[in-house]
Amino acid sequence: MVMQLPLTRPAAPVFERSEGYWSSVFRRLRRDRVAVAALAVILAIVAVALLADYVAPADPYRGATLRRLRPIGTAGFPLGTDELGRDMLSRLIHGARWSLLMGVTPVLVAFVLGSAAGILAGFAGGRINTVIMRSVDVLYAFPSVLLAVALSGALGAGLGNALLSLTIVFVPPIVRVAEAVTTQVRGRDYVEAARASGAGAFTIVRVHVLGNVLGPIFVYATGLVSVSMILASGLSFLGLGVRPPEPEWGLMLNTLRTAIYVNPWVAALPGVMIFVTSIAFNLFSDGLRSAMDVKR
Amino acid sequence: MPIVEIKDLRVTFTGGGKPVPAVSGVDLEVERGETLAILGESGSGKSVTLRALMRLNPEGKSRMEGTVRVAGQDVAALGRRELRAFRGRTAAMIFQEPSLALDPVYTLGQQIAEAVMVHDGCSRNEAMARALALFERVRIPSPERRLQAYPHEMSGGMRQRAMIALALSCRPQLLLADEPTTALDATVQIQILVLVRELQREFGLAVIFVTHDIGVAVEVADRIAVMYAGRVVESGPMREVIRRPRHPYTIGLLRSRAHGALAKGARLETIPGAPPDLADLPPGCPFAPRCFLATATCATTAPGPEPVGAGHQARCLRVDATAALLPAVAEG
Repeated sequence: MVMQLPLTRPAAPVFERSEGYWSSVFRRLRRDRVAVAALAVILAIVAVALLADYVAPADPYRGATLRRLRPIGTAGFPLGTDELGRDMLSRLIHGARWSLLMGVTPVLVAFVLGSAAGILAGFAGGRINTVIMRSVDVLYAFPSVLLAVALSGALGAGLGNALLSLTIVFVPPIVRVAEAVTTQVRGRDYVEAARASGAGAFTIVRVHVLGNVLGPIFVYATGLVSVSMILASGLSFLGLGVRPPEPEWGLMLNTLRTAIYVNPWVAALPGVMIFVTSIAFNLFSDGLRSAMDVKR
Repeated sequence: MPIVEIKDLRVTFTGGGKPVPAVSGVDLEVERGETLAILGESGSGKSVTLRALMRLNPEGKSRMEGTVRVAGQDVAALGRRELRAFRGRTAAMIFQEPSLALDPVYTLGQQIAEAVMVHDGCSRNEAMARALALFERVRIPSPERRLQAYPHEMSGGMRQRAMIALALSCRPQLLLADEPTTALDATVQIQILVLVRELQREFGLAVIFVTHDIGVAVEVADRIAVMYAGRVVESGPMREVIRRPRHPYTIGLLRSRAHGALAKGARLETIPGAPPDLADLPPGCPFAPRCFLATATCATTAPGPEPVGAGHQARCLRVDATAALLPAVAEG
């Protein structure tokens, strides 16, 4: 009943590998000028942070009372000096290390913990979901700034405690996003199709849930990096995070606050860096979000 | 021995407040190499029956009673591991909306290879080779390239072919199709039906095809079972059911088709009323409130299956009355 066509297969089949998921994401990302610019800024800051010892023109810790609060453009101190006469440029460069550490680490740890808990809650459903989500809601009830400050205050000042409290602040929103996306994916036809073709719960989570869920969570987490940097700066500003004389941007903003009437431009520099870095992370996260939307 | 034997299957959804009997007492048999079409409107229990065959109805929220035997195995008694081996290998399923039933973040080749590897434990290369052979078999043009394609890069018809290839990847004996052509264009529909027919003959598959489209049922089926409110109201050989329908519901369905071009101004015949609320069924025949032949007894007595021909049954108290209608229906 079906017509048999004289089918001859070509001797060498034309085998053209279509691009993978990530390379197509990358291709779309490359066309997005804002995202590329944001990524360039992030990479530049990361590079400077890594190479701080070689890039910085002076010792960020050595000050001199005689050359305090020099304005931007002073010979030998392109970005001026701070209230103790330390070279601002070198301090900003070294500060990138601290600020990136404070911005990225809590988000990364929270990403791992939050995704695991959220995916478990979303996939298991029922009572497990209730237990996880309601516990998360307890933390969610506090404004994030307040929670970070309260936790840091309770745990005591210091870098480790600041990182810990920031991590705790970021777990709940990531759990929520992970749970929401997982619940959505769990109800999709392809999960039922996988079940119908004999996949166990573990295979379904590993292949279908992770594959579809990690992307959106990752995008969300990227956006949190800027929040984390700002919160970390806030903690340092309050004396709960990095301690002097370390050159962390938030801390620098705090100590330079007194000089704002003497030399406002220099005093604003750490704030400018926080602003630029966090906006770069935000714009990059936006670009990534639209690039990862496969169906466009 | 039939490959599928369903006896007095009852599926009740217990998730909400009142338990909803989605399927209440279905008996069906399918022989090897045979195609059964389950015909019915939304909510008639046809998809739930199909899913019960693979125990795909949500375990916590539904209760399944009765016996379901597929290829000699009691589906209700399968352990976790046996059930996993059963799904995909003994019975496989294709879905209504291939764009949703294929995972958007993996290539089609990866998805088929994954299923093959889970079942046969073979290497990725062997699995990909099998996927390629399957793509050729379901006649996807330039199969090598299509294996590397993502679902969204293909047309609906190609996606459904890929879905069929995925379902056949572990060489099942029984193919369950849940309205596989509903989401497709009419021209593509017929291609998919022809393909299913052809594969069914080639692999000696038993096929259960759920549809609400009589035209589709006529195209593929050897036998037809018409479902209404969770039970099979009429079943029999395809020609027999279409030419000599004996249940008023089947008669209504056949009359409400638009045969060819409807004369301008002519009204399409419809079945009055709406399907009943499954949680609150009348004690008698569930179709009685909409039935043009209903009597007072119909509202109180539930009809049992009445034999009305060779292998042809109708669940109706008034099969005598429908017999009298036969010439009229056949002429229509």
